[in-house]
Amino acid sequence: MELPKEIFKKYLSFNEKLYNFFVTITGLTIFNWEILKQIFIPPYEISEVKKHMNELGVKTFPIVSVTGFVIGLVIVMQSEPVFVRFGASDYLPGATAISIVRELAPVITALIFAGRVSSGIGAELGSMRVTEQIDAMEVSAINPFKYLVVTRVIATTMILPILTIYVIFLSIIGGFIALTISQGMNFEYYKNAVVTSVTFGDLIPSISKTFVFGYIVGIVGSYKGYIADGGTEGVGRASTTAVVLASLIILLFDTVLVKISLMIWPL
Amino acid sequence: MAVVELIKIENLSKAFGNKVILDNISLNVYQGENLVVFGQSGTGKSVLLKCIIGLLKPDSGNILIKGKSVVNISNKDLNEIRKNTGFLFQGAALYDSMTVRENLEFPLKRHSKISDDEAYEKVVNTLDLVSLKDAVDKMPSELSGGMKKRIGLARSIITDPEIMFYDEPTTGLDPISSKEISELILDLQKKLKMTSIIVTHDLNCAHIISDRNIFLKDGKIAYKGKIEELSKSDDKFLKNFFSNEIIH
Ligand SMILES: Nc1ncnc2c1ncn2[C@@H]1O[C@H](COP(=O)(O)OP(=O)(O)OP(=O)(O)O)[C@@H](O)[C@H]1O
Ligand SMILES: [Mg+2]
Repeated sequence: MELPKEIFKKYLSFNEKLYNFFVTITGLTIFNWEILKQIFIPPYEISEVKKHMNELGVKTFPIVSVTGFVIGLVIVMQSEPVFVRFGASDYLPGATAISIVRELAPVITALIFAGRVSSGIGAELGSMRVTEQIDAMEVSAINPFKYLVVTRVIATTMILPILTIYVIFLSIIGGFIALTISQGMNFEYYKNAVVTSVTFGDLIPSISKTFVFGYIVGIVGSYKGYIADGGTEGVGRASTTAVVLASLIILLFDTVLVKISLMIWPL
Repeated sequence: MAVVELIKIENLSKAFGNKVILDNISLNVYQGENLVVFGQSGTGKSVLLKCIIGLLKPDSGNILIKGKSVVNISNKDLNEIRKNTGFLFQGAALYDSMTVRENLEFPLKRHSKISDDEAYEKVVNTLDLVSLKDAVDKMPSELSGGMKKRIGLARSIITDPEIMFYDEPTTGLDPISSKEISELILDLQKKLKMTSIIVTHDLNCAHIISDRNIFLKDGKIAYKGKIEELSKSDDKFLKNFFSNEIIH
């Protein structure tokens, strides 16, 4: 796999920022292409994928649990006075549930996941790169891209939707608890309100986009780590730039995907 | 025995940016020999090894291993060649998420159908060669620099490769371990008919193992020959180089 550093160096060396921007975009595109090409070629390294999924799950479970619960709690606490003011308190459970399902849970979970995971992958692969572990794999005739990158990207892509569903569930519980405290909400009533207002047209696009977000977290972290150079400093750089880049790309894709999903499932 | 050129380097050049590291180098390595590469720090010894194994792409020139060019080669064919070679990295490059045992089993289990018991036996035997049998369940982070080096060596020879590349196998080791490792390298050559290129600064090691030596200087092969000849040379650079030598 040939990465584009040299190509752009010739033409863009006059502007380093612009040069770096183009290198990253092209690099990610090539990386993406390479992943899609290799994902279907055996060996599938299933045990590696499982191992990474396990690790990611364990690593993000606590922070994601707290987040999920707090999102629900806070969004209901914030919205309640507003709904009361407009005389619409009946709609409170349904409306907050919809905003949680459609936007808050997927995006916030993805951003937290990016912060925790893409930096971790960037540091892991970055240190493997600078200590020549990736080269060592290559000279033992093992495809390091497949073994290290593809397996991680599959794992992040699979695990984020699961986490998001879990966060949605917890936030809705959090919302219920806020309402119980403030107005002694009945659980049956709350459950019915939520279930009748949230439709498949809310759930499907929102869960689908988390596959994309998971993929972004995996590919950006891996890319930054895989191309790291310059010793320990390079590892640090890989890890921090991965978070920033992954978060930005997630928000960018969110905007695009929301637009597309509104065209497919109009409200 | 007929002399076979196992590795043939033809007019190899490699630069990073505008800094020329290797400048039009040609070199043959013959089957069964130990070729030692000397050179001051930063002259491109590691770069040379990495070019031969295909980790770095030369800017020009060609490298043939057993008659096959590794410069223009498919990944599949390159991997076939790599399965028959071992590479000890200067920094050992142990996989830090794996135990010593897993490090050694990794290349072993992936390229041959071998039972768990057989693999474990092989791991223990190979670790015994570098006198580190007790480290089998340790993590790399628990090992000293010299231990890492020796585990790295064990990992690279565990597949019984035909060709070995050693990047400073004895650097950072105490004199006794250095001697042991040098003798191990010699042993591998004698018993397994291994062909090796050894980068080293260790003259004692070179005395024990080398059949032939080359000096890299300013991107070129400045000197070559047997160590006895080189050490008696009147050349100023060589005299200076060998004057620091301790002979046992
Ligand atoms: N990937 C790289 N990118 C840019 N420059 C490099 C790269 N690898 C090596 N170099 C440069 O090439 C030169 C030769 O490096 P090399 O590692 O081969 O030296 P060496 O002879 O092995 O030295 P030592 O004895 O210290 O290990 C050095 O000046 C180094 O800075
Ligand atoms: Mg070196």
